[in-house]
Amino acid sequence: MWNYTDKVVDHYKNPRNVGSIEDADAIGEAGSLSCGDMLKLYLKVDKNGIITDAKFQTFGCGSAVASSSILTEMVIGKHIDEARKITNKQIVDELGGLPPEKMHCSVMGHEALEAAIANYYNEEITIHNDEELVCNCFDISKSFLINEIKANSLKTLEDVINYTKAGGACGRCQGKIKDILDEINGVQQQKEEQLTKTQMIIKINNIIEKYISPELRKDGGDIELIDVEDYQIKVKLSGRCQSCNRSKLTLTHFVEATLKEHINDNIEIIQV
Amino acid sequence: MTNSRIIYLDNNATTKVDKKVVEAMLPYFSENYGNPSSMYELGGKNSKVIQESRETIKEFFGAKNAKEILFTASGSESANTAIRGILSADRSKNHLITTKVEHPCVLNLHKQLEKEGYKITYIGVNSIGEINEDELYDAVNEKTALVSCMYANNETGTIFPVEEIAEKVKSKNRNTKIFVDAVQTAGKIKLDVQNTEIDFMGISGHKFHAPKGIGALYIKSPNLITPLVIGGHQESGKRAGTENVPYIVGMAKAAQMAQDSLEYELTTVKRLRDKLETAILSKIYNARLNSSSQNRVPNTTNIGFEYVEGELILLNMNDYGICASSGSACTSGSLDPSHVLKAMGIPFTALHGSIRFSLSRYNTEEEIDFTIEKMPKIMEKLTKISPFQKELAELKRRKGLI
Ligand SMILES: Cc1ncc(COP(=O)(O)O)c(C=O)c1O
Repeated sequence: MWNYTDKVVDHYKNPRNVGSIEDADAIGEAGSLSCGDMLKLYLKVDKNGIITDAKFQTFGCGSAVASSSILTEMVIGKHIDEARKITNKQIVDELGGLPPEKMHCSVMGHEALEAAIANYYNEEITIHNDEELVCNCFDISKSFLINEIKANSLKTLEDVINYTKAGGACGRCQGKIKDILDEINGVQQQKEEQLTKTQMIIKINNIIEKYISPELRKDGGDIELIDVEDYQIKVKLSGRCQSCNRSKLTLTHFVEATLKEHINDNIEIIQV
Repeated sequence: MTNSRIIYLDNNATTKVDKKVVEAMLPYFSENYGNPSSMYELGGKNSKVIQESRETIKEFFGAKNAKEILFTASGSESANTAIRGILSADRSKNHLITTKVEHPCVLNLHKQLEKEGYKITYIGVNSIGEINEDELYDAVNEKTALVSCMYANNETGTIFPVEEIAEKVKSKNRNTKIFVDAVQTAGKIKLDVQNTEIDFMGISGHKFHAPKGIGALYIKSPNLITPLVIGGHQESGKRAGTENVPYIVGMAKAAQMAQDSLEYELTTVKRLRDKLETAILSKIYNARLNSSSQNRVPNTTNIGFEYVEGELILLNMNDYGICASSGSACTSGSLDPSHVLKAMGIPFTALHGSIRFSLSRYNTEEEIDFTIEKMPKIMEKLTKISPFQKELAELKRRKGLI
């Protein structure tokens, strides 16, 4: 069974704003029946561009319904241009998180919102008939994948499957997805080399804060960044890590692996 | 959960262990804990206990001789032991036949064997889940080492004519062996393996009220196979590892009780299943039956709720304490819906909203009535959320006319 947050549970049990709007000013759709989830979003927009009402109809699992439901709450009262800035990450945050395998539900919410706003402005949603499909099972194009990989900083094939479903059914396109990931993340690595020392420190501290400290704290320890020279990173361990026999192992394996994963393979850890 | 009461209609996933089974097992943990291979009475006694259990399981299979019964740790192990065992004992053949609707323990093993160089023919099923028999017989050739075909499908309950299949396959090639995964049949209909041409048959305790982690494999001629687990001489050298005495005792007790209840399965359990199925199909306009109404184990029904997604249905059933499962992609962890329902060509409209109800002899009429009362309420709420209002209205209109 999925580990849904209370907020997700509340929203699929008591979905808000279910239904359609007869005289909607904008309608957006995402997903399809054959793919297993689909969302239709209806917006009512007043003359000042404020979204005064939003309704949804969703074919999908608990988290798809919850994502749609919370999305309607998020957009009501907002100016349409404000609503346009909502990302799928914000939908996830508003729900207090989604299981990794369910991230695509928030992406679908975001897609439907984009489609609705494009519909409001009478923008052509460019359907590239000649565009290269990467995943045939779920009809997913290369440009859509590139957008989602960049927007959500996706790193691995698993991330891509969780966020977009691409590659998650027959699996035949997984090689292509890996190539696209390499293309994008390869480009980002080159950028990293131009980081100033201050930028590097901020980046490392962010990674420590997010991925490393919480793990070490579980064992009653912590880690502090002392200095950075190129890719040599000096850190100090405190608390229980300091004395435990496994500290050397913890450092080289866990800290280094984590930093390598998020920055690059040249990282070297020095304990001071 | 708003309701602490549980209505368990997911017995094809696993079953509750009967209290009498637990009682039978208990003495073999802290009192009679000896190793059956030991020379003192504390251990030696247990080797007799295992022998008695083997007799009981032999009866359960309808086998001739207790020597034909191998204890394993699961239905999956039984399948792997039979399939791998026969292939490594006879390396002269490189072709295998199985169906597209097998449990992953057979299907994924065949996919692995394909990578290892075997040729595999996967036989399809028709829209009500029946196997394409002619396609199967046509596939048999002189290189066919093994045909693996399940007895009853776990998702639809459809029973395959395995006895007839075994005969016809053997009439095309005497040397081809037959493995039957009877995990979903044991305890639901009578097994009578000795009067068939079947060479291997696997079962799993936790599907008939024994604990998880114990299974058995019938082998017509045990010297047919090479063991999967190599080590000591246990199980006549066909499966090493000190015997799991309490679980073997538990499975034998459960088998005995299941054997005594077969008539009840075919009468009362079937009646309750039919009552549930008929009520849902008549009261809920977007419900359709996903299998043949004939030729099914008595406890299973698989119903597709069109234009509504399965996980959402299960979550809403859970609020009433009703447990079942779904072939929807969202519940599987993978993004692919059930391979069984896809092989049957179940339309997309119903595929993602398929719910399997599987009963047991522990379900009461009152539980079924409660489920019959709640399902229409759940579906009324959930169809309102669906974006396919036009299609649903059309379904409603058509059902109303008929
Ligand atoms: C048809 C079938 N075969 C095999 C198995 C596997 O049995 P076990 O869980 O004991 O490995 C199952 C259980 O889900 C099953 O339904």
